[in-house]
Amino acid sequence: MTVTVEKAEKPEQTQVVEQDAPVRSGRGVSRSMVVGAILLVWLVLFAVLRGRQTLSLAAADLTDLHRWFNDVNDSIGANRDSNPLFLYFFNEIRLVIDSLVTFVQELISQPSADRPVPQIGWLGVVGIAGYVSWAMGNWRVALLAVAGFTFLGLQGLWQESMDTLALTVSAVFVALLFAIPLGVWAGLSDRFNRIATPFLDFMQTMPTFVYLAPLTLFFLIGPASATIATLIYAAPPAMRITAHAIRSVPKTTVEAADSLGATRRQSLTKVLLPMSKQTVVMGVNQTIMAALAMVTIAALIDAPGLGKTVIQALQSLDVGTAFNAGLAIVVMAIVLDRVTTAASGREEAARRSKNRFPAWRRPLLGVGAAVTAVLIYLSHTYVWGAEFPGEGGVGSAISSGADTVTTWAQDNLSGVTNAFRDALTNGLLNPFQTLLTDSPWWLVGAALIALGVVLGGWRAGITTAVCVALLVGTGVWSDSMTTLASTVVATVLVMLLGIVFGVWMGRSALVDRLLRPSLDAAQVMPPFVYLVPFLALFGATRFTAIVAAVVYAAPVAMKIIADGVRNVPATTVEAATSAGCNTWQIITKVQLPMARGALTLATNQGLIYVLSMVVVGGLVGAGALGYDVVAGFSQGQLYGKGLAAGLAIVLLGVMFDRITQAAARRTGA
Amino acid sequence: MARQARQWRVGAAGIAVLGLTLTACGGAKVGDSSSEAGGSGGSGKCGTFNLAVNPWVGYEANAAVIAYVAEQDLGCKVTKKDLKEEIAWQGFGTGEVDAVVENWGHDDLKKKYITGQKTAVDAGPTGNEGLIGWYVPPWLAKAHPDILDWNNLDKYAAEFKTSESGGKGQLLDGDPSFVTNDEALVKNLQLDFKVVYAGSETALIQAFRKAEKDKEWVIGYFYEPQWFMSEVPLEKVKLPEYKDGCDADAEKVACDYPVYKLDKIVSAKFAKSGSPAYDLVKNFSWTNDDQNVVAKYIAVDKMTPEAAAKKWVEANRDKVDAWIK
Amino acid sequence: MTTQTEVPQRRGTPQDSGSTPVISVRRLWKVFGPKADQVPDSDELCGLTRRELMDRTGCTAAVRDVHFDVSPGEVFVVMGLSGSGKSTLVRCLTRLIEPTAGEIVFEGEDIRQADAKRLRDLRRRKFSMVFQHFGLLPHRRVVDNVSFGLEIRGMGRSERTRRAQEVVELVGLAGYENSFPDQLSGGMQQRVGLARALAGDPDVLFFDEPFSALDPLIRRDMQNEVIRLHHEVGKTMVFITHDLSEALKLGDRILIMRDGKMVQCGTGDELVGAPADDYVREFVKDVPRGDVLTLRWIMRPPADGDELDGPELGPDVVVKEATRAVLAADKPVKVVDNGKLLGIVGDEEILAVVAGHEGGA
Repeated sequence: MTVTVEKAEKPEQTQVVEQDAPVRSGRGVSRSMVVGAILLVWLVLFAVLRGRQTLSLAAADLTDLHRWFNDVNDSIGANRDSNPLFLYFFNEIRLVIDSLVTFVQELISQPSADRPVPQIGWLGVVGIAGYVSWAMGNWRVALLAVAGFTFLGLQGLWQESMDTLALTVSAVFVALLFAIPLGVWAGLSDRFNRIATPFLDFMQTMPTFVYLAPLTLFFLIGPASATIATLIYAAPPAMRITAHAIRSVPKTTVEAADSLGATRRQSLTKVLLPMSKQTVVMGVNQTIMAALAMVTIAALIDAPGLGKTVIQALQSLDVGTAFNAGLAIVVMAIVLDRVTTAASGREEAARRSKNRFPAWRRPLLGVGAAVTAVLIYLSHTYVWGAEFPGEGGVGSAISSGADTVTTWAQDNLSGVTNAFRDALTNGLLNPFQTLLTDSPWWLVGAALIALGVVLGGWRAGITTAVCVALLVGTGVWSDSMTTLASTVVATVLVMLLGIVFGVWMGRSALVDRLLRPSLDAAQVMPPFVYLVPFLALFGATRFTAIVAAVVYAAPVAMKIIADGVRNVPATTVEAATSAGCNTWQIITKVQLPMARGALTLATNQGLIYVLSMVVVGGLVGAGALGYDVVAGFSQGQLYGKGLAAGLAIVLLGVMFDRITQAAARRTGA
Repeated sequence: MARQARQWRVGAAGIAVLGLTLTACGGAKVGDSSSEAGGSGGSGKCGTFNLAVNPWVGYEANAAVIAYVAEQDLGCKVTKKDLKEEIAWQGFGTGEVDAVVENWGHDDLKKKYITGQKTAVDAGPTGNEGLIGWYVPPWLAKAHPDILDWNNLDKYAAEFKTSESGGKGQLLDGDPSFVTNDEALVKNLQLDFKVVYAGSETALIQAFRKAEKDKEWVIGYFYEPQWFMSEVPLEKVKLPEYKDGCDADAEKVACDYPVYKLDKIVSAKFAKSGSPAYDLVKNFSWTNDDQNVVAKYIAVDKMTPEAAAKKWVEANRDKVDAWIK
Repeated sequence: MTTQTEVPQRRGTPQDSGSTPVISVRRLWKVFGPKADQVPDSDELCGLTRRELMDRTGCTAAVRDVHFDVSPGEVFVVMGLSGSGKSTLVRCLTRLIEPTAGEIVFEGEDIRQADAKRLRDLRRRKFSMVFQHFGLLPHRRVVDNVSFGLEIRGMGRSERTRRAQEVVELVGLAGYENSFPDQLSGGMQQRVGLARALAGDPDVLFFDEPFSALDPLIRRDMQNEVIRLHHEVGKTMVFITHDLSEALKLGDRILIMRDGKMVQCGTGDELVGAPADDYVREFVKDVPRGDVLTLRWIMRPPADGDELDGPELGPDVVVKEATRAVLAADKPVKVVDNGKLLGIVGDEEILAVVAGHEGGA
């Protein structure tokens, strides 16, 4: 090992070639030693070559690629009225989607035709929400839906909430229209799956800011652009989960249908689709959540609803109002989540309760429908049923409460938080960032490739190499490295929190039940809401960006790890207990090692979630790629650079994703 | 048995609700003219007026007043669209935006849309003057008055150090919406500072607010008119004076930002439409103080833009009349 | 390797030596991996062991040069340990897995030549299969699972429900028609699988280790069930198992596979009485020989001095059943077939088998 360190002057690949054989044989020790060796070589070379060939680019500087992106963007804008593609393709799409959204809006949120109010007022909507939740789920979620929707009204945000709901429903509808059939196709065809995956990665990691402005060129300002921006981000989960569901149908069952002479179509409609229905509903659920996450961003292109309230409140740093609106988004998300989850489990539940259930269910459904119809009629006809009564006193109480809490925290905590910030920034972030940004680009690239090969194998190594080459091509290498440093630090924090809380939740059902709603809330609450207090606590720094990313990403890691720990077979834990392990030993020697797959998945998802917060980080002092994207969105001449920075984020995401997934497969094998 | 009882109960509930319907006729019906006035009918002449609203409070003040006057006095149907600048300008071409009513320079956009695509035209100044520059919190200006001259900045550079500034003083920059010369300025004035990008107006305001409250050292890029000035009156640092053309080469800038005459931009189509709303936009002009009042109503007093505009218009009828005469 | 002993069938199955086989398999190969179809054609590659083939070409030969015939009404068992290729073999027979080379003739038609439509038709009318893990549809009730094949054929609802009901009763599931599969025990689920296979009234039933996921007691019940059904409906069956006692209990003839190759094919008493090699010998070592071997296997030629006026028994009488008669007689028993004396069996021969220390020769 020492020999390889000494002779290190060529890129590390050669060294890895020698090391690969023992690694393949699967001993973890040797692999971590190789990783250590790579890092050591890197450090030595860094000391020698520091500051050379770092490919840094000042904030206002552009490369040819960036200018070319600008030109393309400009020429699209200049030609959009004469181009047949626009006249006959994009315009048609826009018209269809616009009329869909307008239809839903006039139904529940916007004044329609000659009426000053929508067709269905609050009473009708609450009635429908309750009835549908009950019919598709159970009475418990129906109660939740009624309570949740009423709460939206009490917050004084009825119309904003309905605007958001209308847009979300339309976007989810259109998304599913494409995502489910394509997902089925991807589930059936490996080849299509391989082709589709990079596109889905792209759709999920490309920052929305990058395509928001061009979208309005293609689909104009209005519902269509907002819907399409939302569905670009929201459709991939449904497609991936549908594909996964199709693939998870037991092979024997499909074979049984084949052996009975089923045609492809028959086995699809009678076996694959019914059997994957439950999982597909979970995909729908994920799509709804993702669509709600886009609410604030869509507000930047005039999408009506709660997002606008958040953005406007933010202009005057009105945390209370922003929080109130954010809370409405959370409430809506929780209602929709619980209802879809209950819907996916309903058939199962109905089967459990055997035959007596459907007998009185049917007439009851009829009665429910009748009551709902009455409510709709009332809300259509009478003002008291159309407009939510009251002034939203609950909302003001929530706002001022949130304000009080924020002010208290800002006044009393900033000493502690500053010390913590400085320790982390100086102790971990700065050295790491210096190593990444001040090393020659080829050295960092070689080290990344080497790590990719060692951790993920050759295929991952090749992907890494391609990503590194493209990153250099984007012209924002140095910014990418700055972002990479923050991302890695944030991911480390996410994993620390994830392991601590995940294990705790995995071991105790009570803790899990208590924490889960807050985790859901942290995932759906628009980051814009908590950025203001964070800024007050930590200032406009990279650390603030890291904290925001951790708040967003840690819940995912916690949930995945909790599930992993819970899925460790009880007999194994029992065996360890009977062998005299104490709790600590059970956790470290049994539960965590056996949840290794979950840990890797949590790392993967944690990283991707952290990356999706890069742009938000750019708004609070992270600089680098996030700032490039935001500035590109705001200033025409920086558009190309913003696009390049967005691509760089995608590349970082793909690189991490492939390495961690390959590593997961290797450790899993 | 139980099931029938249950069914019956639900049925009863349904009937109760029905009964409620019949007896609850006290409620006003939707569409009763008495309950919903819905604007003042309006003459058909104005039609729909699409007003872009860029995301800052000062702009919102302009838009609120113009929209209020257009609706109340001209009978227009005003559609406000919340958009970032670039997207709003794009809207001129697609016909979805009629007017932008507070524009900060944006020579790049003017070049692209006014001289290039010819989809937009200038509609004159708003009367507001935009200042851009480096600002410090008031306590700092009071405690160290000499800091307001750039020549003395280096003396205090060490005080401005943060975790982000890599050993130099931190110059907090960066509402990404606007062009900054600060990196070039720091370099060309040979200051011992590093530009750190806060990334948003929110971040800048929060930093200044906290600096004033906790007596912290902060210097950063800011601008006025801005509602925040009425909460914390920041002091501007004097940079080498702006002379025509001193910012021609972005690399070599070593002078202050020019004073921006904020102006209004309308779509070419709108300018030719003969709509009274166009004349309103064209004639609209007020002072920084006027805007600050309305901005304060919105941002500090938390009034809705409509209410804020109403309050101001009622107090300044003479100015409004001059726009629509 | 393969030994096909020329011995007439033990049981009185409706298989005359002259009747045409239902299924006739010739030179069947299934190779997984790149350029799989080169393997069966190359004499050199054919000669390699599975491991060598893997190293040389990256291919896995799951089924190698298999041939056998299945007669009408016969229960034909394919037996082997896991990885021996038996499950692949049975899937090749209905082309659930596409064979690499060889011929599968079913009722005079080479199935490998059938196009997709014809193949589907065969599967709908002629074959059906019972799977190890049942492969039931969890979202359908028992009766809808059973009628699934009929539904696929396009049979009307009332007719297929009526037919399904009959079959449900035939397999002893009456009363459970409206249950969902996950409400049933494993054994009952497999009855559903069996009913589904029977519902279409196929000519041939394929069983892929149908009972290996079941508890021993339930497994025995199910085996008896199959024997009963075989008596009642008389279908030709191809049965895959890794359990020798199951094979001996159900099979008219048994094919033993190892590493994709045939090792031996014959009746149960042939395997026990004349194992083809040490592998088979090891397999059958613990079989209670008296239950399997017939007198044919233990008789000796009459020697001088043997008294030839003892009782007579047929050559296909199982040793266990003959024991009492032989021991009761004070003279050796004559083994007679069609009036022809084949040999004699005395107390020593019987005791050697029953006491269990007769050499395996």
